[in-house]
Amino acid sequence: MHGILHPRPVPSHMEEDMKTSILALGFATVASMAAAQDKPVLTVLTYDSFTAEWGPGPAVEKAFEAGCACDLQFVAAGDGAALLARIQIEGAASDADVVLGLDTNLTAAATATGLFAPHGQGWANTLPVVFDDPVFLPYDWGWFAFVHDTAKLPTPPKSFEELAASDVKIIIQDPRSSTPGLGLLMWVKAAYGDKAGAIWEGLADNIVTVTPGWSEAYGLFLEGEADMVLSYTTSPAYHLIAEEDASKAAAPFTEGHYLQVEVAGKLAATDQPELADAFLAFMGTEAFQAVIPTTNWMYPAVTPAAGLPAGFETLITPETSLLLSADEALAAREGALAEWQAALAR
Amino acid sequence: MASRAGALRPPVGAALVAALLVGMTLGTVAVVAAFSGASLPGASDWAAVRFTVTQAALSAALSGLLAVPVARALARRRFAGRGALITLMGAPFLLPVIVAVLGLLAIFGRAGVMNDGLAVLGLPRVSIYGLHGVVLAHVFLNLPLATRMLLLGWQAIPAERFRLARSLDLTPGAQFRHLEWSMLRATLPGAVLTVFTICLASFAVALTLGGGPAATTVELAIYQALRFDFAPDRAATLAVLQFALCLTAVAVGWSLVRDAGFGTGLGRRVEMPAPKGWRRAADGAAIMLAAGFLMLPLLALVVRGIGGLGDLPGGMWTATLRSVSVALVTTVLTTGAALLLALAAGRRVAGHRVFDVAATLPLAASSLVIGTGLFLALRGVATPSDMALPVTVAVNATLALPYSYRLLLPEARALHQGQDRLAQALGMTRWARFRLVTLPCLARPLGFGAGITAALSMGDLGVITLFAAENNATLPLFIHGLMGSYRMEAAAAASLILMGTSFALFALFDRIGRHVAA
Repeated sequence: MHGILHPRPVPSHMEEDMKTSILALGFATVASMAAAQDKPVLTVLTYDSFTAEWGPGPAVEKAFEAGCACDLQFVAAGDGAALLARIQIEGAASDADVVLGLDTNLTAAATATGLFAPHGQGWANTLPVVFDDPVFLPYDWGWFAFVHDTAKLPTPPKSFEELAASDVKIIIQDPRSSTPGLGLLMWVKAAYGDKAGAIWEGLADNIVTVTPGWSEAYGLFLEGEADMVLSYTTSPAYHLIAEEDASKAAAPFTEGHYLQVEVAGKLAATDQPELADAFLAFMGTEAFQAVIPTTNWMYPAVTPAAGLPAGFETLITPETSLLLSADEALAAREGALAEWQAALAR
Repeated sequence: MASRAGALRPPVGAALVAALLVGMTLGTVAVVAAFSGASLPGASDWAAVRFTVTQAALSAALSGLLAVPVARALARRRFAGRGALITLMGAPFLLPVIVAVLGLLAIFGRAGVMNDGLAVLGLPRVSIYGLHGVVLAHVFLNLPLATRMLLLGWQAIPAERFRLARSLDLTPGAQFRHLEWSMLRATLPGAVLTVFTICLASFAVALTLGGGPAATTVELAIYQALRFDFAPDRAATLAVLQFALCLTAVAVGWSLVRDAGFGTGLGRRVEMPAPKGWRRAADGAAIMLAAGFLMLPLLALVVRGIGGLGDLPGGMWTATLRSVSVALVTTVLTTGAALLLALAAGRRVAGHRVFDVAATLPLAASSLVIGTGLFLALRGVATPSDMALPVTVAVNATLALPYSYRLLLPEARALHQGQDRLAQALGMTRWARFRLVTLPCLARPLGFGAGITAALSMGDLGVITLFAAENNATLPLFIHGLMGSYRMEAAAAASLILMGTSFALFALFDRIGRHVAA
């Protein structure tokens, strides 16, 4: 200000100083611009439907980036179970910092790879079961169920045995790539034990196709390719709330319903450990949990202060919850998978 | 004398290419075999082997049997558009598999034309997923190839024999027994086995239309073992099984198959009597049904896709650019390598049979077997997604080489016996000889082979699935992703771009070849 009001010749030595300081200023500006452009990137590997326009991804990204001065990037890589294979394929060279979308049927196998680091978080969840894992944190949960259209299938089967005896066509997911697919395997195993193989043999002719992931299966069901699809007791809420369509329902099964707890974990080889921790902490907050019911269409791991959205009270609540522990699921997986493959390959 | 010595110069380039081919085929199998170690195939692996052989046998038998009436009708009937139809029958060989699958879904899928028709008639809808869907797609892709191979057989019957048959007043039935049946006995097994071998290595069809353990080919099981289970040892065991299957088929086929059926001259007239009456109607029906079966799915795809062209999904052009780059690099590599091998083999230099074997080896290899070998060999060197495009180029270049080589070999032999000696006598330098003699003489097969390579590489959906991440998908993989999220109109629109690009690349190289040759 002063210099502009009273222009005067600048001594030559000062001119030199000024040049350097202008240069320095320039560098500083460029450097800060560059820094703005390469904000640290947190890469979260997740399943397809999480990142969809109507999924939780966009809202979670916006809310987290508002407080982190970082760039949160979701990378969708098929369904949940394929995420674990993906991390194993990439090993320590993976760009991912956090994996979101495994479940309790996979946590023991995932921990055994040694690729995940303990989370160190202390926030409490409101899950219907005790969940306290040093490596993985829950973000939502739900019960698996077969979803149908009440107009097209007014009296759905009430058990696996009834389903197997009927000619109702179903679409399921591959247990090797999809967490619902693996969940169904564990559901049948937990309900029928040694008789699981026989149940699968009975179901074989009901299965229209086996898709790699939940998105493909649900898409096929909505296109009318089958009478029922393996999904969640909460799926009808999507149609009710987002589409004002009350025609979809989950069929209650007398054996009880298998419970899924979806979890996330931090990779040991992450180059953004602080951001990864911040994200895992953010997962337990209202900002994350409140969007889960109407975007991921699951029960939140921490019930929001306002409770669940209107419409959720119409959903069925299974009388019996089935759940194998992480270690039991790991031990059962190989045998159950072999039974499944043998029954369906015939 | 100097030029004479030049002709006998050891073919270093060809030897290098042969070594690379052996590395890509047998080398990757060796890696896979070493890695599979003591891991024996399990029950589900054998189920995959059974399904692979069953679907390939059904697809080959159906393609072969259906091709007989179609090829016979085409051989003895003259009608407007006959030449165009025969040319069109060469197209499915170049058609990207994912495009074919989308076209078939538009007709035979749950929401397709056929099921709508069944519903109108009050009949239950049928599903395209599973064994019948896989066989349907394979017949769609291979019936034209089988037809063209048989048509060559009919054309090879000397016209004198048909004239003799006519002067002896043989009935059409007697003529079939005496003349055509012996030709079919010689050519049909080759055609069926060619289709069988192609279907053994089927991946993209099983990936899209297979449904679970009941419809998993070995190639698909390899993919699942790596991308679903992350069980490299099982993938390796499956890869050994797959290689054994393909090698057996190719070894048997070596003695049976003489011509792959995409040669020129198919439009030539056959001096064959064209009986009237019901036979004329039957021939007409065979041609109409085949043409309808081959063209309706593509027409349906065009109808479905054209609406989506205005709203192409984001990322599609990047994927297209990626695929075109992969196709162009592959084409340069394959064409160069095939030329080196064919020239060396054509000159019958010492050990030229080795070049012949090396150029045939890729027929026994498969995309996922080579992919698994490279995956295991390169693990720890770079991340799979960094290697995705180079690996895709290498695998595509290897797999397309036999076609380019087979096209060049007869011309290279003729060249050596003809102009080459003259050029040597004239004392032309090697560069001048290459530029003035070799290139113009071989331009046509070079261009045609380059066109085939470019189109095959553009449409390939194989090894890329093992390596790619979201940020480096090729166009076929991008379309597969759209199918997965049931954006069928977008998938159909992107398919039109893929189909157009594939055929345009083929036409471009073929035209360059013809232009240089003329």
